[in-house]
Amino acid sequence: MATTVTADQVEKVVYDALAEIGPSRDQLNREATFEELDVDSLDLAEVSQVVEEEFGVTLKGDDVEKLKTVGDALDLILQRATS
Amino acid sequence: MSDASGNGHPDGCALVTGASRGIGEAIATALAADGWPVGVNFRSDEQGADRVVAAIEAAGGTAVAAPGDVTDPATADALFTQLEERFGPVLVLVNNAGTRADGLTVQMEDDAWDLVVQTNLSAAFRLTRRAVRTMTRQRFGRIINIASIVGPKANAGQANYAAAKAGLIGFTRTVAVEVARRGVTVNAVAPGLVDTELTEGIPSKFLEAVPARRAGTPEDVAACVRFLASDPAGYVTGTTLTVDGGLSA
Repeated sequence: MATTVTADQVEKVVYDALAEIGPSRDQLNREATFEELDVDSLDLAEVSQVVEEEFGVTLKGDDVEKLKTVGDALDLILQRATS
Repeated sequence: MSDASGNGHPDGCALVTGASRGIGEAIATALAADGWPVGVNFRSDEQGADRVVAAIEAAGGTAVAAPGDVTDPATADALFTQLEERFGPVLVLVNNAGTRADGLTVQMEDDAWDLVVQTNLSAAFRLTRRAVRTMTRQRFGRIINIASIVGPKANAGQANYAAAKAGLIGFTRTVAVEVARRGVTVNAVAPGLVDTELTEGIPSKFLEAVPARRAGTPEDVAACVRFLASDPAGYVTGTTLTVDGGLSA
């Protein structure tokens, strides 16, 4: 059930996915920008795949382009997963 | 990520579209000889695909017939799912399925245009899109698109084919750049005159223009694919390997 997804679950999945791509865990927080983390569109496409598998939430290219910070991504995913 | 193969790449398999005969058959056979379990895709020639699978298995390799019309948008996912369940991730994709519907542009019907562009270009896009999802996460992948010297080079009567094959080369280069840092390479192989059913009816006078003075064989093309699919070719990406006996040199 999509409505059971919590903010903590989303954070864990996204942080795990990002950590596998490159940034170290101590760099990851809501305010961190993808630019300073050196996370680009290909990386975000990969994170989107993980999110889709875990939560059934599809993020399209247009959605991802607007994301500037980790917090932006967490909020969007949580909103989609619970709506 | 396991490496039971001992080949330096993760375990997985290869998919060759249009592999029931001709160049596709030779490519499937070559990749199987390198230890890849191979999905032998076919659209209508089930008997041919079964024959290719049997020959690969007789030589000690592993293969399975993988039915599907690549012009159907649903086929990419069906093919990948079939092979993933059987052999694990598809780490080598060879977009080989191709067709011709020749005619002068002035007389070409929309159907002839659409069929050739769908088969030779759009299908490669859909299969590649599906393939890179897995390959980028495996940090390994080899995509090889079978293009043609027709495209970069003109050939009257094949405007549809030339457009599709030139498009395939442009597609190859751009996807290569997008996924390069994930260990995924994307290249094209551009055959010249190769002796297959698809080239039947080509006047022998054309052979006189080939510096090598012979038509290519499916095995000539397969050897190039085999190299591009190999681990040592990991730094080769975004390029087109021409195999034409010097015709376009």
